[in-house]
This record gives sequence, structure tokens and C-alpha cells, in this order.
Amino acid sequence: MELRMRIEDLRFSYRDKPVLDGITLDIIPGEVIGIIGPNGCGKTTLLKHLNRNLDPSVGRVLLNEEDIKDMHKSDIAKHVASVPQSNEIHFSFTVRDIVTMGRMPFLGKFQGESSDDVRKVDEAMLKTNILGFADRYINTMSGGERQRVIIARALAQTPEIMLLDEPTLHLDISNQFDVLELVRKLSDDDGLTVIIVSHDLPMVVRYCDRIVMLKDHKIFAVGTPEEVLTPANMKEIFNVNAVFEKDATTGQNTVRIFGSCNNRSA
Amino acid sequence: MSKGSAEKRRIRLLAVTAALVIVLLISMVLDLSQAFIPLSLKDAFMSMIGMSDDPIVNTIVRNVNGPRVVMGCMVGAGLGVSGAVMQAVFRNPMASPYILGLSSGAAFGAALAMTIPLGTVSMLFMTPLLAFVFCVATTFLVYFISRVGGRVPTETLLLSGIAVGSLFSALVSLLTYLAGERMAGIVYWTMGNLSQNGWNNTLIVIPLILAGSLIMLTRGREMNAMMLGDAHAKDLGVDVKKVRLEMLISSSLVTAAAVAFCGVIGFVGLVVPHIIRILTGPDNKALLPLSMLGGAAFVVLCDYLSRSLFTNLGILPIGILTSLVGAPYFIYLLRRRRHEVGWN
Repeated sequence: MELRMRIEDLRFSYRDKPVLDGITLDIIPGEVIGIIGPNGCGKTTLLKHLNRNLDPSVGRVLLNEEDIKDMHKSDIAKHVASVPQSNEIHFSFTVRDIVTMGRMPFLGKFQGESSDDVRKVDEAMLKTNILGFADRYINTMSGGERQRVIIARALAQTPEIMLLDEPTLHLDISNQFDVLELVRKLSDDDGLTVIIVSHDLPMVVRYCDRIVMLKDHKIFAVGTPEEVLTPANMKEIFNVNAVFEKDATTGQNTVRIFGSCNNRSA
Repeated sequence: MSKGSAEKRRIRLLAVTAALVIVLLISMVLDLSQAFIPLSLKDAFMSMIGMSDDPIVNTIVRNVNGPRVVMGCMVGAGLGVSGAVMQAVFRNPMASPYILGLSSGAAFGAALAMTIPLGTVSMLFMTPLLAFVFCVATTFLVYFISRVGGRVPTETLLLSGIAVGSLFSALVSLLTYLAGERMAGIVYWTMGNLSQNGWNNTLIVIPLILAGSLIMLTRGREMNAMMLGDAHAKDLGVDVKKVRLEMLISSSLVTAAAVAFCGVIGFVGLVVPHIIRILTGPDNKALLPLSMLGGAAFVVLCDYLSRSLFTNLGILPIGILTSLVGAPYFIYLLRRRRHEVGWN
């Protein structure tokens, strides 16, 4: 079950401009790790390298010592599942249709889904609490429901590592908590390793074990939320006055943002 | 729990398949009975299944009408599945061989062969060949024009398809204008026609269309994922670039074979997959084979109608019929059923 991911000196340029400039990082199995940084720092690009959605110019991504460049794409998808930035789906697939697609990497060209595949699909829908609307059409669902469906599809891949790109974007505030609670629970209960890219600092701080702060296409800081979200770092990276806090009543990690450094009263 | 809905879906699928097979068979018998002397449906049917002893009936049904009807089945099946594939691969319900400029490219090739004075025999041979060459060339031209940094975004692909298609249409018009007495041939050809084909041509078309269609049928599952978006498909381990190129080549092979021998028969690739999608849903594993069946039935039925509807006008070119039926139905879809077929 335990699958180690190691990112080694990853470099990527797009039209001669560096997007990633030497990223090295060990992902600890079972952790929830958040990648944050200002717009254009390369965080989504970094995520896309982790399941070979993009190939690096230099450097490599290793899964248990094996370079994913040498792995077949469908073999990577058996271990690393991904939840892309939420977008509308215009075709009237049912929820079950979509979740069943998670079994694709395991099926041969002319092979139908077995009863074992169906069971794994049911399990994924159960864990994400969408079994009740398995027969509903995806294009009639709200953003929060759709996000759960895509997470269920990722779970149906029975992965060790799950990648999420801006999972709270476009969601209502309560759905934002629900989605991240769900992901946290999957990690706590089943040992799933979760890598999240997000803008949403309070959410990342609350649900992640470790945080990677990117700046200018490089890693600026890595560590626990408390270690990384120092007032000095927040000023340097996001140009805001902010402090990391543990909430006195709930004990949850949080970050208080007072305002932009350009604003004197903040 | 959702066993019931899976069962319901299977029954629905069977019912649609059975209905399409029946419509196809009826259309075939109707079209086989169309000849210069009146044939009864019974005669046509008995001869079709090899139970007729009447030599005249057999000659008409098997040697005159047979290749035309089989050609209609092949062309319809090929255009139907090509349309469904393009709509899935480009995630755009408007995509079709016509929109991507393939038909116009093939039309230009054929018009070129008809205009250049080459003698009758070589013209018969050159027309399908040049149509084929230009169809495939157009596919690659459009594909490479729309490539941006190793990617092929849907928007640029459709736009370059329309642009290249317009260019070839203008060139066809130019050739038609310059062609003088050969003009009628080009015009007639661009309106679509199944009947100039004997068994020789039909036997060339069958393997081309079957091979291309079979390649497309094996990729239904990947295309389902691609309909959600390239990112989704890649995350599920689909080699999107490879599958898209493979689908583009096989659908242009099929389209080229159809257009090369039968001219431009419009709206099949657009209308048929949309109807099937309303009946059975967007799953390409069912949609692709059913679009073949539906396309065959639609083209053969239109061929029958083009021969029987306006007898005082003679035989209409089939492309006129498919567009006369297809375009209004498509407008209806655009206004009334947009959500069911994946339009916003």
C-alpha cells in the first residue's frame, strides 16, 4: 500500500520562460500536503507533473524509485488519481457512469467491468456519500455535488496518492468545508496521500499536515503550517499582514489575514 | 440498488437496436424495389434473401440496385460513426466531417479530377483518388494549423476547419465556374449520388469504411473520458494526443472513402448521432455502433425518398434530401432539446 513519491530537481519551461525552476520534495505517505503561492508561481504546473499530465524539461518524479517517465500512463493512473479544477460537464452521463470511469486504467480494450469493479465503484460512492444519487445526471448537479462525484471517480482508481487542483474553487462555503473534511477523512482512515494546490489559505492551513510555499518557480518554504505561515513569509510571498493561530476553542489551525501590506491601517 | 436502472438501460438499448435494424431492413427493401420498371416489395425482398427465380428481378435487385443500397449502408454507417467520434473527441456537438473541412477538401479533389482533361477512363479513376488524397491532406492541414505549442485546442481546430473548408469551397466554385461543359458533372457530384456505383466501387469502399469504423469502435471508453475534458482523460491514463490523432485519421479515412465515391452527403454525421444520443444517452460504447446502424438506415431511406418522392422531377440527388430532412431537424434540436444533446 505504501507508495513513496519523490520529486527531484524538477524544471519546466514554457516558451523559454521557466515555470518550475528546480523543485525537490519528498512526499510522506499518508500526509495531506498543501501547495500554495501567488498566481503564476507554478503550483498547478507542478501538480500536472505528478501524474505525467506534463513531462518535465529536466528532473524527474519517482514513485517508489521508478521514474514515472518510464511508466505507462494507465499504470500511473492506477496509483495516482487526480481531481482537476472543477468545470462543467455538458453531457448527460449519470453519476455512476462517471465514477465507473475510474476503473478505466484497469480494463483492457475489450474488457467489460467485472463485479469486482462494480463493487469498488459502489465503495467509492459510499465513502463520498453519493450512492443515493448514482442514477442522477451529472449536468443537473451543483458544483459541490459534482466535486464529490469526481473525488469518487478518483477513489474508484484505488489510488495511494490523490492530487486536487483548487478543490474549493466555485464552491459554497459549507461545501468547501465538506470537500476538505472528506479528503482529510480519507487520509486519516485509509492512509491516502493527498496533495492539494489551493489559493484558499485558511482551508489549507486547517486541513494540511505540511505546506509547501512556492515563489518565483522555486520552493520558498516547507514545513508545518505553523512553521511556514510566519508573518515574515506571508508578507514576502503574498504581500499581506497575517498571523498563524490555533483557535482557542476548537484547537484548529487558522490564519488571520489583516490586509494588504500596501494598506497602512492593516 | 441501481440494478433496476442498469436493467432498464439494457432493455432500452436492445429496443433502440431492434428498432434501427427494422427501419434499416425496411428501407433496404424499399430502396431495392426502386427501378425503371415497377417492382413489388415482395419481389425485392425475395430476391434480396436469394429466394427469387425471376432473372429480370434478380438482375435489377442484385446487380443494379444491390451495389447502390450496400453503398448507401456503408456511406451512412461511416458518416454516422465519424460524426459521433468527432463530437466526442472535440467535445463539441457541432463537430462533423463537414465542419472540419474534410468534405470540402474531398470535394475539391474530385472537382479537380473532373476539370483537368484526362480522358474518360482516367477521370473515373482519378476522381475518387484525388478526393481521397485531398480529404486526408485537409485533415492534416487543419490539424497542424491549429496546433499551439504541441496542443490542439478545440476552438482553434474548429476555426481552422471552417477556414480551410471555406477556402476549398471557394476553389470548388472557381473550378465549377471555369469548367464549362463539364460543370454539370461537378455540380451533380457535390450534391451527392449513390447510383453511379457498381459492385466494383462498392467492394473498394466496404473494407475502407469497415476498417476505419472498427478502429473507432474500439475507443468508445477513452472517448467517454475525453468528453469530460482533456484533463479528466489524461488523469485516467488516456493518451489523449494519440487517441485524438488516431480518431482523426480513421474518421478522415472513412469520410474520404464515402465522399470520393458518392459526393457530398450532408448532415448524416451531425443529425444521426444527436438522435441516438437522445434515445440512449452519451455513452460512446453504445453510441458509436448505433450511429453506424442509424446512419445506414437514414441514408438508404433518403435514397429511397429521393427516387420515389418527386417522380415527375426524376431522381433527386440524395445530398439534397439528407439536408432537407437534416437541417430542419437540427434547428429543432438547437431550439428544443439542447440540454439532452450536450449544448449549453
